[in-house]
Amino acid sequence: MIKKIITLFLILIPINSYALIEVDITRGNLDPLPVAVSPLSIDEKSRKSFEKTLNKENIGEEISSIVENNLSTSGLFNPLNKEAFLQAPDIANLKPRFEDWNLIKAQALITGKVNYVDDKLRVEFRLWDVLAAKEMMALAFTTVPTNWRRVGHIISDKVYERLTGEKGYFDTRIIYVAEEGPKTQRIKKLSIMDQDGFNNKFLTLGNELVLTPRFNPTSQMVTYLSYFKNLPRVYLLDIETGTQEVVGDFPGMTFAPRFSPDGKKIIMSLAKDGKSDIYTMDLENRIVERITNHPSIDTSPSYSPDGKFITFNSDRSGYQQIYIMKSDGSNVKRISFGNGLYGTPVWSPRGDLIAFTKLHKGKFYIGVMRTDGKGERLLTENYYQEAPSWSPNGRVLIFYRETKTNDKGEGFTAKLWSIDLTGYNERQIKTPTDASDPSWSSLLSN
Amino acid sequence: MILSKIFKNTLIVLTACLVLSACATKKEIATDIKGSMQGDVYTGTDTVEYLAEGVPDRVFFATNESILTTASRETLRAQAAWMRKNSSINVVLEGHADERGTREYNLALGERRANAAKDYLMTYGISSDRITVLSYGKERPVDSGSNPLSWSKNRRSVTVKAN
Repeated sequence: MIKKIITLFLILIPINSYALIEVDITRGNLDPLPVAVSPLSIDEKSRKSFEKTLNKENIGEEISSIVENNLSTSGLFNPLNKEAFLQAPDIANLKPRFEDWNLIKAQALITGKVNYVDDKLRVEFRLWDVLAAKEMMALAFTTVPTNWRRVGHIISDKVYERLTGEKGYFDTRIIYVAEEGPKTQRIKKLSIMDQDGFNNKFLTLGNELVLTPRFNPTSQMVTYLSYFKNLPRVYLLDIETGTQEVVGDFPGMTFAPRFSPDGKKIIMSLAKDGKSDIYTMDLENRIVERITNHPSIDTSPSYSPDGKFITFNSDRSGYQQIYIMKSDGSNVKRISFGNGLYGTPVWSPRGDLIAFTKLHKGKFYIGVMRTDGKGERLLTENYYQEAPSWSPNGRVLIFYRETKTNDKGEGFTAKLWSIDLTGYNERQIKTPTDASDPSWSSLLSN
Repeated sequence: MILSKIFKNTLIVLTACLVLSACATKKEIATDIKGSMQGDVYTGTDTVEYLAEGVPDRVFFATNESILTTASRETLRAQAAWMRKNSSINVVLEGHADERGTREYNLALGERRANAAKDYLMTYGISSDRITVLSYGKERPVDSGSNPLSWSKNRRSVTVKAN
C-alpha cells in the first residue's frame, strides 16, 4: 500500500553514468562531503495552499531541512550553512551559478521546487556536481500533501544512492519498545516512528509487558512478545488495521520471534521444562516445525537473507555462543570462539556479516563477524548495550543502551543508538520516552 | 583519585569473575560483600517474603546458573511441606535473571531457573498440575542497583500463591 501512494518519475536521465563526485562508505568518513541544500523554492500561491492544508509556513524549506538533517546524520555529508548561499533558490534550480557554489566549497548542490497541483504536493529536485558544473540527477514526485516528510526522506535516499552507489535508508521506520517508570516496574509500549524520530506513535497502551518487536519484510506486520494475561507468547500485529493474534498454540512461553526473509514464517523459541528450542510456524497453513532439539537454551534465531541458513545463540557449550545451521536444523556449527559470551546474532541484509552482542570482562560490545566467525570487529563498548538491528542497506546498526544506576539505584535510562558498520558515526536517536529493542524497517519506497 | 581507581579496577575484576562463574576467586568475593553472598549467590533476607512462618518464598542463583544451592533446596523442601499441608493451594514459580545478559537469553534463563525449583518441588511430592512456571527474564528486578549484590538479589525464582 505505502509504496503505491507515491508516484515517481524521471525527468531526465543523468547525462553521465559515472559519478564525478564519489563518497566512499566502506571506511570511516572523517571528511564528509560538503553539500549545499538550497531550500526548495515555492511560489506564493502554492505556499499559501500548503500553509492552509499542512499548517507549515514554508513547506519547501521544511522538506529541505529534512534532507539536510538526513545527510548530516549519515556522517557522509556536511550540509553547508544556508546563510552563505549567494544564489536564490528558484534561480539556482533553473541554472546554478557554479562559481558561487564553488566559492563556498560546496561539491554537490541540491535544488528544487514545490508546487500545489490539484490538491497534491508536487516536488522536483536536482542534484548538481559543482566542480564538473553538471546535473547528476533530476526527479519529480507527486503525492498527497500529508506525505511531505516522506518526500524529504525519498530525496535523501536518491541523493545518497547517486553519490555512494548504494541504496539509502532514510524512507524507513523504526519499531521499538517505549519505556517509562521505575526500573523495578517498567511500563512498556510498542512504538513506531520515522527513522529520524518524527511521527512517533504508540501502538499498545502499556497494560501488559511487551518486548522485542520485529518487522516483516514489507514492514506492514510486526511480530513481538506480549505478556497479555500473564502468558508470555509471540504475537502478530498488523500495523495498519491494528489486528493482533497469538502465533500458534504452544505449551509454554514463546519468545524471540523474527520473520523469515519471505515473510511467510515466524521463527522463535519455545521454553518448556527448562530448555528452550527453536521452532518455526508457517503463517499460511499454521504448520509448526521444530528446528532444534537440545537440552540447552537455543534462542535469538535470525535467518540469512536467502532463507537457507539460521544463526542463533545457544549455551550448549556451557556458555552463550553463536551458531549457524541450515534452515531445516541440520549442520549445526559454532562460529564464535573469541573471549566472552556472545548473543543476539542478526544476519546482515547483504548476507556477508552477522552482528552480535558480546559480553566480556563486564563490558558489553556491539560487533560484527563474518558468517564463518572470522574477522570479528567490535564497533562499540559500553556498560550495557545489546540487540543490534541492521539498516536495510546493511551500513548502519541500531541498538539500545542502558545506563548504570548510582548507589541508590537511581539514574537508570534506556536509549536508542546507531553506529555505522565502520565503527564511526555513533549517535543517539531521540525518542519521546526511554526506548529499547529497536527494529529497522525495509525501505518503504524503492 | 587513586583510591577510586583501585576500587574501579576491583569492580572490573569482580564483574569479570562473576561472568565466568567457574572463576577460581569466587570464594574471595564472598567475603567482600558483607556476608550476604556466598560465591555470587545471595544469602541475605532483604527481599525475602514468607509464604507461611518458616517458609521463605524465593531461592537465589549464581550468575548464568540454574543449579539449586543447599540453602535453596532447604527453602524448597519447606515450600513442599507447606504445599502438602495446604493441598488446595497452587503456585506460580516466577523465574528471573539479572540485568547483565541479553533480553532473550535471560527470558530462557528465568524459565530454566523456575523449572529447577519446580522439579525439586515435584521430587518432594508436589503434583506438576499445581505448579505454573513463568519467566520474567530481566524485566522485573527487585533491586534497581547496578552492582554485584543487587544483581544477586535479582537472580531468583519466587514462589507465588496462584489462588
